[in-house]
Amino acid sequence: MMDVAIVGTGLHPFGRFPGMTAIEMGAVAIRAALADAGVQWRDIEFAFAGSYEVDNPDAVVALMGLTGIPFTDVYNGCATAASALTLAANTIRLGDHRLGIAVGMDKHPPGAFGADPRLYACPEWYGEVGQFVTTKFFGMKINKYMHDHGISPRTLARVAAKNYRNGSLNPNAFRRKPLSEEEILGSPYLNYPLTQYMFCAPDEGAAAVILCPAEDAHKYTDSPIYLRATTVRTRRLGAFEVHHPWLPIEQTVGPTVDASRAAYEMAGIGPEDVDVIQLQDTDAGAEVIHLAENGFCADGDQEALIADGATEIDGPLPVNTDGGLIANGEPVGASGLRQVHEIALQLRGRAGERQVPGNPKVGYTQLYGAPGTAGVSILSI
Amino acid sequence: MSPERAIADGVFTWPSDDPQLIGSKCADCGIVTFPTQDSCPRCGTTAMEEHLLARRGTLWAWTTQSFPPPAPYAGPTGKDFVPFGVGYVELPGEVKVESRLTESDPEKLAHGMEMELVLVPFRTDDDGNEVVTFAFRPVE
Repeated sequence: MMDVAIVGTGLHPFGRFPGMTAIEMGAVAIRAALADAGVQWRDIEFAFAGSYEVDNPDAVVALMGLTGIPFTDVYNGCATAASALTLAANTIRLGDHRLGIAVGMDKHPPGAFGADPRLYACPEWYGEVGQFVTTKFFGMKINKYMHDHGISPRTLARVAAKNYRNGSLNPNAFRRKPLSEEEILGSPYLNYPLTQYMFCAPDEGAAAVILCPAEDAHKYTDSPIYLRATTVRTRRLGAFEVHHPWLPIEQTVGPTVDASRAAYEMAGIGPEDVDVIQLQDTDAGAEVIHLAENGFCADGDQEALIADGATEIDGPLPVNTDGGLIANGEPVGASGLRQVHEIALQLRGRAGERQVPGNPKVGYTQLYGAPGTAGVSILSI
Repeated sequence: MSPERAIADGVFTWPSDDPQLIGSKCADCGIVTFPTQDSCPRCGTTAMEEHLLARRGTLWAWTTQSFPPPAPYAGPTGKDFVPFGVGYVELPGEVKVESRLTESDPEKLAHGMEMELVLVPFRTDDDGNEVVTFAFRPVE
């Protein structure tokens, strides 16, 4: 399979930006990625754009230039950005185009996501009685996981405190104020055992990534990042997933595990080779579970690993070095491309105060969300 | 007493002194779903038959809903909101059903505890009917 390179990444900061539209933020991210790759918008031969709130994010061409390129909009829940990246990489591999962009943008109203349950193949009453709530799923999943594998509430607080601390080192983050473990544990429960400060929030932002065949990469940059694998998977029967009024008695692993295993196989890289990690931390518990689901430790080992600082920026398994979703919030369409942007900064040694020491060479990103969709990418220098 | 109505038709037997949730079962592979559905999530075929579910099971996973859910939640909000428990109850050999729980105190909920189906008042609708839904309560 043809190797694909990332030659430019760009970001519009994540947070709240009154008066600015998602499309305008998308244009800022695109311009930053173009500048990073040293190319012009007219050089871009195709594009994929991801958004939850914007029906037609391709309308960004009104701000960038109406060049007539094939421009496809993608929505795939919290794995939207992974899907845009996968499609862009596959378009390069097909050989029709040699320079393309994946962009994600969103501008969510504050508060938990609401939607019509019927659009998720759920009955109407499921929403009426108050069970069509994503955060409740995350509460149930980590509560059961803690019971089964001996994880303490203190570990959840450590994860959230670490992500706020990393966010305080990231000028593009939404929440930049460090919070103590006691403040996190002491904030109100939203869905037991998860407290308010253990959750990320929907917010606003945009991110963009420019791709080309690996053989072209040095035309654009001295420090290309190679996309070694990108996968998207959906839940199989028996996985414990969000927005499911019932589950069968039989159990199987979630889509993250399937996407992760496929990505490692595609890349010929194992979890032991990964130097810097971005995981979907919708809540602190999700980061704990995803450490194991992506092969970085066995179930239950997180309790000691996190207490020992293993997932800190200077630890052996640095996770969410830019603060993750907890510090950046989640503009759904952009979230996964923010992860790729951060991995690119880390692998290129440009992450500033939050740079992982020791010249990291391999990075990993994972997305997960409703109704049971996951995306993984593996990147290397 | 205000008239009562079920949250929706076909979710549980109603009216009934001994209510049961109404699921479906695949005639080919035997998988049980809740609520009913017309096609099998394992086989993809349409040989689904109505199947009344057991009234007792064990608590497989649980949490609390401590803030008023966003729309389309239709229950009490603001100062009238009452936190509630939510969980999956495993009905042995049948299915795990997601349900409101009558108990919302984490100190009184535990994985593996025995639970039973009850019908509970949920809200009063615009026509003055008391809307009844299902929940599971810990077996004393």
